Amino acid sequence: MSTTEEKEQTAGEQGGEHGPEEATHEPVKPGAWRFLIPIGAFGAGFVSLLFFGWVIFPHLLYGEKQQPVDFSHVIHQEAVDEGCESCHFFREDGSFSGIPRLENCVQCHEEPMGESPEEAKFIAEYVEPGKEIPWHVYARQPQCAFFSHAAHVKMAELECATCHGPVGDSDHARPYQYNRLTKYSRNIWGWNIAGLKKKTADRMKMDDCAECHEESKGHKDACFVCHK
Amino acid sequence: MDRRTFLEILVGSTAGAGAGFMLTPVNWKLMDDVTIWTQEVWPDFFAGIPERGEVTHANSVCNLCPGGCGIRVRKVADRATKIEGRRGYPVNDGGICILGAAGLQLLYGPWRVPSPLRRVGKPGSGKFEKISWEEAISEVVRKLSVLRRKGKAHTVASILGSDRGTVPNLFARFLEAYGSPNFICTTSAEDTSELALKLMQGGKASAGYDLERANFILSFGSGLIEGWGSPVRVIKAHSLWRSGNLKKRATVVQIEPRLSNTAAKADNWYPVNPGTEAALALGLAHVIIRESLYNIYFIRNHTSGFEDWTDSAGKTHMGFKRLVLTEYTPDAVSRTTGIAAKKIVKLARAFARARHPLAVWGRGKGSVSGSLYECMAVHALNALVGNINKSGGVSVRPEIATHTWPRVYQDATALAGFSRSRIDGANTNRYPLTKYLPDRWPQIISRKKAGTIQALFVHDADPYYTTLDTSAVAKAFERIPFVVSFSSYLDETAFHSDLILPNHHYLERWEDLPTPIGLQKPILSLLRPVVPPQFDTRHVGDVLMTIARNLGGAVANAFPWRNYKALLQETMGDKWSTIKKTGYVEEADYQPPIWKDAFATRSRKFEFYITALNRAGMKRNKDLDYLPHYEPITPEGDSETYPLTLIPYELIRLADGAIGNPPFCTKAVEMTELKGNDIFVEVNPKTAGDYGLAEGRYAMLETPKGKAKVLVHLSEGIMPGLVGMPKGLGHAGYDGYLAGKGVNVNSLMGVVEDPISGLCATWGIQAKLASV
Repeated sequence: MSTTEEKEQTAGEQGGEHGPEEATHEPVKPGAWRFLIPIGAFGAGFVSLLFFGWVIFPHLLYGEKQQPVDFSHVIHQEAVDEGCESCHFFREDGSFSGIPRLENCVQCHEEPMGESPEEAKFIAEYVEPGKEIPWHVYARQPQCAFFSHAAHVKMAELECATCHGPVGDSDHARPYQYNRLTKYSRNIWGWNIAGLKKKTADRMKMDDCAECHEESKGHKDACFVCHK
Repeated sequence: MDRRTFLEILVGSTAGAGAGFMLTPVNWKLMDDVTIWTQEVWPDFFAGIPERGEVTHANSVCNLCPGGCGIRVRKVADRATKIEGRRGYPVNDGGICILGAAGLQLLYGPWRVPSPLRRVGKPGSGKFEKISWEEAISEVVRKLSVLRRKGKAHTVASILGSDRGTVPNLFARFLEAYGSPNFICTTSAEDTSELALKLMQGGKASAGYDLERANFILSFGSGLIEGWGSPVRVIKAHSLWRSGNLKKRATVVQIEPRLSNTAAKADNWYPVNPGTEAALALGLAHVIIRESLYNIYFIRNHTSGFEDWTDSAGKTHMGFKRLVLTEYTPDAVSRTTGIAAKKIVKLARAFARARHPLAVWGRGKGSVSGSLYECMAVHALNALVGNINKSGGVSVRPEIATHTWPRVYQDATALAGFSRSRIDGANTNRYPLTKYLPDRWPQIISRKKAGTIQALFVHDADPYYTTLDTSAVAKAFERIPFVVSFSSYLDETAFHSDLILPNHHYLERWEDLPTPIGLQKPILSLLRPVVPPQFDTRHVGDVLMTIARNLGGAVANAFPWRNYKALLQETMGDKWSTIKKTGYVEEADYQPPIWKDAFATRSRKFEFYITALNRAGMKRNKDLDYLPHYEPITPEGDSETYPLTLIPYELIRLADGAIGNPPFCTKAVEMTELKGNDIFVEVNPKTAGDYGLAEGRYAMLETPKGKAKVLVHLSEGIMPGLVGMPKGLGHAGYDGYLAGKGVNVNSLMGVVEDPISGLCATWGIQAKLASV
């Protein structure tokens, strides 16, 4: 930037010095550097917007919240008998307990089970007053999308990790990022701001649903399959 | 910097920024986000997207009509989202009617009364102010204390929609302890039917119809698929009758002056001159008796008054047989009813020869009490074919016994007030057999000197809308200084009240519900809170008990319960745990008594000649008055000025009782019944020709009670000379979804009293219709 500015200044000065001579002497061609002015300006605008778009914009678009309780899937996986299904189970009516209710937790955590300060906080703030934990849901889809876990897990036999990633291996609840405009979790668009993905679990947009439907069913399915 | 450099930098950097921008994800990402924002976040400002939550279901019962269906309410968190019929429930087994399904609009609709309200404007101005419950209750207590102190306890009255169950009984108990005999309930065809059963069979019981097993249904104007009886149950039975399953298929014959949906779906439809149904029933009886098609065993052994008989004084009395054989020949009946004699003979034979014939009575939904003799004439047909207390017939059905409450100890004031005669004239010398005469009190209050009723409590009823002759009711209301409504909705009566103490909505409260109308087996069900109260409302039972407690003395002592729920639990007694768990208790193995033990009359037989009339003090001179006979109920108005006859008709899509029609149902009303805010009347093209009326044109309908601008719909389905008008429109209360739509047909009608019961027997009124 500074180089360009210097050149600009020089150009200005030169213009000033040679200006009066132009009338008497034969016209002086601008220096070979003169064409760099617009290119430099172009480059500056280009780079700064790239910087904004790729680096600053995600910070503006997404807000961040911590989960109310730092939850370790690893510890719980070891402690429960039935694996994931101890908490994430199908209810009798076929609906899915994606976010278990407090009553699930209370089955074990009526009293503290360990000495973790997070657990103590959890018991004091939620178990004792009987308040549901206001979890931030990473995978919450927009209202207009209808999704049934039963159809995917029971009938199509998908692994949880196919869409949710290896959540079961997490030792801490990672921060929840949400889109300030749409109020939805960052996980829907995916963490890559360009929307690029490497694994199936990286993104949860409609295209990703359609991609899998096309692979498994041979077609992307009709609108009303999900948009009731 | 010169101008050129400045421009070069400006243009260059802008172009660079633009190019750079196009290579960032910002625009693509924002385009996507804005799309979601517009559909997900933005509408939230206007429509509101409901919160998510766990989906659960709660069972309860519907009390919007006397049908008492079991319901299953789908909930998302604490929000009710759908009402479905409860599967396996003895009444409706999964079915639901349009009104029941629209119950959520009543729960969340803008017509709910949000808190206790006190009138601040002129009476009927609809200007109310919100007050606290303490203030509202103390105002009632203050008024009632003053009246009681002045010895005017008997001037307090209550109007309720029913006299069954704990809440109505609380009102009755309150008035008993307070000192007023004026516990009044609105009446329907069920009251007349119960009275007919009481006179002919003795005892207090309701009629149960074994519709599912009947195979020849002779309906005297009953809207079997228009909401008669327990609507869903009857419609389900109707489906059985119409099914391809030959074992269950039945013949349905509809006798009605208008082609209702029931008539349209019947095997045979006999358009009878309105009001002459009793004559037709007796004409059928004539053929059945003449041709000996009746159940000889039953008639001989278990009936009295069929043949002529001699009393203890040696006087010979005419029996039913002689009356029918002499007075109701097919030719004579044909002249009265307009049905050809041949058809009468054919119908009588088909009815009597059917394996399980059943005659049912009650016009439309049965919302008008009707003529007692007509009801008795129809019931006599059932007796003739011997289907009393039989499979596929009509039987008596008691209620499930509950724990009785301790006796009320009345103090001197209560005794003095309670022993006064009732203001509605029921249970007096003139009408000793009738419990309540709700249609009569407006006239009484208008005639007597002002002050007959000083305070009126209205619960579960909307007399201001449902009573015939609306202007008389309005006049009566003007004379009552203190009207208290317990309505959850801003209905017409609430609108004209001085104080509204809103009850919880039926999906928000505990209450017991007795056996639905027309069922053969007794059931006791439980309304339970499905959602928490949406507004600052209170259970009417609790409010009444608080009022009693604050009145103190003997009135307070009559209510020893902690609160309504404690009372309910105590009343249910040992049934509480079952009813709380399953929602209902049923006597599934109930069997009506066999003929030998069936009749509680003095003769222990089915009485065609109703001796109970004498014992009630209604001595009559002619034998005719003791027998089912055709006694014309003449519509009001002279036929010179009013050459046509207006008959109201009822639709399943229009709630015409104490509950206003929710928008969901109003939407389903046809274009030939309501268009914009204009109501249609149905007339035969012949009548239209005579009076210069045309389809879809305005006309002025006038009766002795009032007039209204209506649209004309021509239909071959209504008899010439009649004007049909749907019931349930023309509300002034509620809100813009209902108020101002059409005309309230009740405002054009008047009350014609039945000579024996005194109940409203109106079936029509003389009218004139002129195009405008």
